[in-house]
Amino acid sequence: MRHQERSGAEGAGPATGTETGRGEAPEPRPGDPEITPEVVDEHGLSPDEYDRVVEILGRTPTFTELGVFSAMWSEHCGYKNSKRLLRLLPTEAPWVIQGPGENAGVIDIGEGLALAFKIESHNHPSAVEPYQGAATGVGGILRDVFTMGARPVAVLNSLRFGDLDSGRVRYLFAGVVKGIGDYGNCVGIPNIGGEVHFDRGYEGNPLVNAMCLGLMKREDLIRGEAEGVGNVLMAVGARTGRDGIHGATFASEELSEDSEASRPQVQVGDPFTEKLLLEASLELIRSGHIVGIQDMGAAGLTSSASEMAGRSGSGVELDTARVPVREPGMTPYEILLSESQERMLVVAKKGREPQVREILERWELEAKAIGAVTDDGAFRVLEEGRVVADIPALPLTEGCPTYEREGVESPEVIGLRETDLTPYVDKETDLEEAFLELLSSPNIGSKRWIYEQYDTTVRTQTVVRPGGSAGVIRVRGTRKGIAATTDCNGRYTYLSPRRGAMIAVAEAARNLVCVGALPTAVTNNLNFGNPLKPEIYFQLREAVLGMAEACRLFETPVTGGNVSLYNETNGKAVYPTPVVGMVGVLEDIHRVTTHHFQEEGDVIVLLGGETHGALGGSEWLYVRHGQVAGDPPEVDLLEERRLQHGVLALIERGIVRSALDCSEGGLACALATAAVGEGEAPLGVDAEVEGKAGPVGLLFGEDQGRVLVSCRPGDEGELHRMAKNHGIAARRLGTVGGPRGMFTVRAGTAATADSIRVPVDEVAQVFFDAIPHRMKVVEASRPSSAST
Amino acid sequence: MKISVITFPGSNCDYDCYKALRDVVGVDAEFRWHKDRELGGADAVILPGGFSYGDYLRAGSIARFSPIMEKVVEFAADGGPVLGICNGFQILCEAGLLPGALLRNEGLTFQSHDVHLRVENAETLFTSGYQKGQVLRMPIAHGEGNYHADTETLSRLEGDGRIVFRYVNAEGETTPWANPNGSAHHIAGILNEPGNVLGMMPHPERAVEEILGSTDGLGIFTSLVEHLSATAPAPS
Repeated sequence: MRHQERSGAEGAGPATGTETGRGEAPEPRPGDPEITPEVVDEHGLSPDEYDRVVEILGRTPTFTELGVFSAMWSEHCGYKNSKRLLRLLPTEAPWVIQGPGENAGVIDIGEGLALAFKIESHNHPSAVEPYQGAATGVGGILRDVFTMGARPVAVLNSLRFGDLDSGRVRYLFAGVVKGIGDYGNCVGIPNIGGEVHFDRGYEGNPLVNAMCLGLMKREDLIRGEAEGVGNVLMAVGARTGRDGIHGATFASEELSEDSEASRPQVQVGDPFTEKLLLEASLELIRSGHIVGIQDMGAAGLTSSASEMAGRSGSGVELDTARVPVREPGMTPYEILLSESQERMLVVAKKGREPQVREILERWELEAKAIGAVTDDGAFRVLEEGRVVADIPALPLTEGCPTYEREGVESPEVIGLRETDLTPYVDKETDLEEAFLELLSSPNIGSKRWIYEQYDTTVRTQTVVRPGGSAGVIRVRGTRKGIAATTDCNGRYTYLSPRRGAMIAVAEAARNLVCVGALPTAVTNNLNFGNPLKPEIYFQLREAVLGMAEACRLFETPVTGGNVSLYNETNGKAVYPTPVVGMVGVLEDIHRVTTHHFQEEGDVIVLLGGETHGALGGSEWLYVRHGQVAGDPPEVDLLEERRLQHGVLALIERGIVRSALDCSEGGLACALATAAVGEGEAPLGVDAEVEGKAGPVGLLFGEDQGRVLVSCRPGDEGELHRMAKNHGIAARRLGTVGGPRGMFTVRAGTAATADSIRVPVDEVAQVFFDAIPHRMKVVEASRPSSAST
Repeated sequence: MKISVITFPGSNCDYDCYKALRDVVGVDAEFRWHKDRELGGADAVILPGGFSYGDYLRAGSIARFSPIMEKVVEFAADGGPVLGICNGFQILCEAGLLPGALLRNEGLTFQSHDVHLRVENAETLFTSGYQKGQVLRMPIAHGEGNYHADTETLSRLEGDGRIVFRYVNAEGETTPWANPNGSAHHIAGILNEPGNVLGMMPHPERAVEEILGSTDGLGIFTSLVEHLSATAPAPS
């Protein structure tokens, strides 16, 4: 028996790095299925890809090895259809400490501190099991951040659902929100914002993207590398069960009616264990007893072990019989591919296993030596000493075939984009009714129903809570603050992928400058359909090109992210949704600015571009006419950059008292949002919107590059002077009215101009009831204002 | 003077309490691990918020069996001041240091937002810095904060002035909308009979600095510190 020849800290086994299986070809396990073309196909590998596997191994793979390749070469882990495009994104800047390829990106924020951040999708699991799918999405992104050595300090979410008039959509929406809340609340990480959009384009395939930010001292940065021959691989945290097997492969297929049967592939989260694992991991990293740590996330032990080996260029050997499991009889195949949650793979310095175990035990968690670092570059797996997989690590992790596909724009989309919107505009007869209908749209109205289910103030650092332009936290021990936002308008990206992606970046940057933060870096989540379809690949390529151009110009490098393809249900793809998660730094947290008007008599000014009345892909067109059509708004990236600098300068000088990006729903909705604030003391508005467009375009047009600000009457002159110096236009729209006053907006110059005139209390009521009303809980929702 | 903040597995407001005490109030504070069997000479104890033991089974029901709780119960019996916030309030009820129980919120959803509280009793060692009737603003963040007790207990709490905080609107009125979780008698915080144990669902430690949006929670900590200074033996 081979295993008797081994020795180690825990007795027999590879735990001390004695390479036991080297040079032995793995033998098929009794009971393993034979490798046939059908079995290969079920594993999502093409015949060409399978040939490549055989070439790498120099022989037929075992069933276990096939499973390993299947997971690592899935779209989810291998990025086979996106890798070549991702290389087009700018990833470098002097402040970038860690770019793409690690668990999370890391940037330098000064004063010896670093910020780790990343966004990741959990779309497929959430489509079949919304609560656990969303909860484990949060869990996964938290682990990505704390495995870098950073303490998670904030989370955000970017969500997409179908229209809320569908019962199924309400079920998915409520489940996802509860799942996100229950997980993050329990671990104690505040939710500081994000976005949600509802559109029939996401009906069967919701998108659930979770973003996490973590802070650390620069020197605490640790990477997921398995270095040092003889160092010990340890499985840490929860035990390995049969849940989530082949989750990565599942995430790389289209959804269909049969996907419900995939529910067992959805993992189950345990936030309490996550909290313990978080504390234990940070303590481990600071202890100096370990050299590397990685989440056993997608493709579980397989990806964590092989990626750590691949990154460092060394090899690993592990024995699945040593992995703590939840149930007996699990095969190496199952143990390697399980996606059970709250597990970590740690590389302990040789001889430090007892110290590692001691730390884990204090947090009531397990740590078990399962293998060791070798020097032969192999990812070798044993089962009680018998080799069951022996694969060169680098070709496994980096050798996934990548493809450049054919991309052709869909004629249907071209037709929609070229739709003449004039007839729709002409049909609009009641601006006030249109305004109130827009405000009651869940895309425009308050998202309070969602974020009241999230703990937003734990950790006592949240300075701007959800509901504003961007979430802001202070950085203890400094004057600095960190702001974060997620943005993407899927309708724009559908109608014009490149421009839509540019707008997503531009809007994210505007949201950050509106709170007073300098846009610094980006993490992205590319949510698309099946890339094998030319029209989808076209969207993907165009969106990446647009994002690359905008990120380059704004000097906001992309430090990592996630690609989620095959977001299709029964052959219908979601809108292409390249979500931009952007972070920014405030040099002085006390200069932070919020989105709502502050005081009666303040002057309202629109900074930036002219209002041409861009209605293509607008919320007005969707709400009033049920259409997603027309050419999305133009975006001038240089103008955007000037605007960003101008707004920041005005905030730094303390001139601006409120700032709000003017986007979906146009100026009328932006004015309303700024007027109602958080609903406690809505202020009236008296404003006039001028421009060449007709009243519909002036009020509801979604022209880019505009920021709505307010200032004290005495500061108006200085505001105009500074705006001029920054080369941006500033137009006075009117003044802030009194508490419980009238909300009046006139479109046009003449005294007879069309106008909206509604008491601001009614505006607030409609705005805050948007989601509760659709969730049929309007009677249980709190009134919007202080008259409770 | 030293205040102990107890950390249970799953506590997540322990650090916030610690920072509020040390950085804002300026008093010595230290963490005590749930497995400790000593309070280390603490003059007061805080049971912080969070999800001790994941709140599995029932919020606070497992934490009460932690080794340190034996000492906390003794400390409270000797008249030592104990403040339980959110999950800490739930643990105090489970441990029998306070009457009643905290049920699932009436609306069945987690509630995280600012609330207004009216100070009903400003003559406790935790509230002497406030005025009776004063309206405070601070966050809540809980799924199980619906205070429940039998009629007799409730009338005794009322009669003894042991309802310290009630949920109200900004004007200080107990309207139905102002009650975020369905608590009986709008109860947000109660005192034990001798007056040395306070449990409350809202988070005063999250309302201690202007930058966080409110400083209304500070009074609880400063009142406590003032009480401890006044009762401390003179330094020899």
